[in-house]
Amino acid sequence: MDNSKAIFLKEATVNAADGVQRAFISKALGGYYTNRDLQKARYRDWERARDAASMAKWSAVNDLANVLEKFVKNFERNGGVVHWARDAAEARDIILKIAEDAKAKAIVKSKCMTSEEIHLNDALEKAGFGVVESDLGEFIQQLRGEAPYHFVFPCMHVKREAISELFTKHLGTAPTDSPEELTMIARRHLRQLYVDADIGITGANFLVAETGQISITENEGNARLTAALPRIHIALSGIEKVVNELDDLSVLLPMLATAGAGQPMTCYNTLYSGPRKKGECDGPEEFHIVLLDNARTRLLADPEQRDALHCIRCGACLNVCPIFKNIGGLAYGTTYQGPIGSVITPHLRGLKQWNHLSGASSLCGACTDACPVRIDLHHHLLHNRRNAAKESPTLFDRVFHNGFNFVIKRPWLFAAGGRIFRASLPLLQKLPLPYMGAWMKTRDLPKAPTQSFREQWKHDHV
Amino acid sequence: MSDARTDIFARIREALKVKAPKPHLKAETSSPNTSVAAKPWLPDGGETAEDSLLILAEQLAKLKAVLIRVPDHASAAKAFAELATTKSWKKVAYHGHELTRPLAATLTCEAWEADASFDKQKLEGSDAGLTTCESIVAQLGSILVSSRSSGGRALSVLPHVHVVIAEASQVVPDLGAALALVKARHGTDMPSMLSFITGPSRTGDIERILVLGAHGPKELFLILVG
Ligand code: SF4
Repeated sequence: MDNSKAIFLKEATVNAADGVQRAFISKALGGYYTNRDLQKARYRDWERARDAASMAKWSAVNDLANVLEKFVKNFERNGGVVHWARDAAEARDIILKIAEDAKAKAIVKSKCMTSEEIHLNDALEKAGFGVVESDLGEFIQQLRGEAPYHFVFPCMHVKREAISELFTKHLGTAPTDSPEELTMIARRHLRQLYVDADIGITGANFLVAETGQISITENEGNARLTAALPRIHIALSGIEKVVNELDDLSVLLPMLATAGAGQPMTCYNTLYSGPRKKGECDGPEEFHIVLLDNARTRLLADPEQRDALHCIRCGACLNVCPIFKNIGGLAYGTTYQGPIGSVITPHLRGLKQWNHLSGASSLCGACTDACPVRIDLHHHLLHNRRNAAKESPTLFDRVFHNGFNFVIKRPWLFAAGGRIFRASLPLLQKLPLPYMGAWMKTRDLPKAPTQSFREQWKHDHV
Repeated sequence: MSDARTDIFARIREALKVKAPKPHLKAETSSPNTSVAAKPWLPDGGETAEDSLLILAEQLAKLKAVLIRVPDHASAAKAFAELATTKSWKKVAYHGHELTRPLAATLTCEAWEADASFDKQKLEGSDAGLTTCESIVAQLGSILVSSRSSGGRALSVLPHVHVVIAEASQVVPDLGAALALVKARHGTDMPSMLSFITGPSRTGDIERILVLGAHGPKELFLILVG
């Protein structure tokens, strides 16, 4: 069994049985559902808004070459420097080179999932650069030495007592059980870091082709500070983040906030075009953007699932997913958790090792309903299962499908099989069946009917 | 070996040779177009100026931002001075502008013009920042500041309290209108930073419990004249 799958199965089994932790996660998400519904009710027509949001992303992604080119031209006109990275290693090298050239002493980062994807912090630290995550949740996860649990709420699984202990250990502060006081500890600790840092690294939520601006969404103000005080600003972004027009944001920004966090608008939505301009008193002297492919073009090449690139990383699909809520974010072992992670990870990192995530779904479709840009998430999980069966069928796939194929073409065999199956049903109940163990443990098989469906139909209708 | 840019564009062009179907839209009527200015399906921003002001007041209250409405500039200065006394500010940074200077002049504590002599350490130690804004979005309760209208990038986010002075005529109904105004005003010469501020800085990272003042200001005041 592949390593990623083994870890997934082990973690999922343990976490799903941890009632206390599951109740904690449910409680944490409780407020989100209430606020999201309140905010959604303010939309005069949420479904029309979803139409507009999905069309905005569809038109940009399906014309990606032209839209990117336009973005880059305008970004450069604004005085920014563009870098291209085919994969994670190239992106890391580009950022390391900028840090080395600048002889950077301190680097401050705001939340950026793309940087998790390329394992940027490890690379910077190995090269001797100190780097501090400034988003509160990411800061806590960095101190814990753990990957984010949820790509919007990174430490939603950690209890306040554990955070208090963590701060006492690393920052030497007095224990407290108040979330407010804990937040203030981090605030006090990080403020001077923004002032002292040479380089600020951020992500980007949208790249606006029309104006060459990048848009960053955040609640805490840490990205604002990261892009204001250090001498160099580096933004790292996937190539799929483009939109055509500035006006597209009038739909996407509120929907991102409402779908993902139940807010009318995230606290800070900021557009950056270039480094400090003439006549401005602060802001970085250099502004770099690293545009990353890292297998996104592989997903682009699949027209059936291309819409997965429309994702605006709001996190709504995680918040409503019964699997995510039961097994938790860390079990996935991926940068992007939940339904969207299960869809895209096999494309980004290989279907063979990651196909097990296609099964991490009850196919209830809650994710597809929640998605503000209408990505057909649960069908894509089925598409991945189908593709995996085609690409590298397991022994079970082969035996089962060939067997089924053989039987279904021979009505007499099918009827005979049915009779044998009905007769042996009471016996099956007691046998330890392969593949069925987990299912049978908590369920009884129904009583077998005396006639097959075809026999009953003939009897009643002919 | 070709460079990364060439390679990535080649991959994109190759990938897009096969067309993807349009998304399944729910709307029965014609295809929705994001460039339709009104967007009558988003949250309401008000038909008239009066409606918009009502919606704005409601949104700001929900966001825990404080709206102070005053009839004229003299009362704005008075309100600001009172705020400074109640909060016992010792140092206030402000953006140099005709709207802000009369307010700063009424203060008895230290007041310094941040964009005239920028000093990030001094800004970090300031109790409050006073700025103007580009516009105010009634629909969402957002205040749009820019590096031009608000004394650079840090003044509106580094001090512990942010106070915005604006005129009622700066209120626009919705986000689309605010973005259109930005384009009309700045064209291709945009300020290097434009930020929609929607309430005081906040986080829910610890057990999803709301705490105000994560890294940015803990309090946000909007003094609206007229
Ligand atoms: S797939 Fe949709 S719901 Fe999930 S994070 Fe992306 S945009 Fe949000």
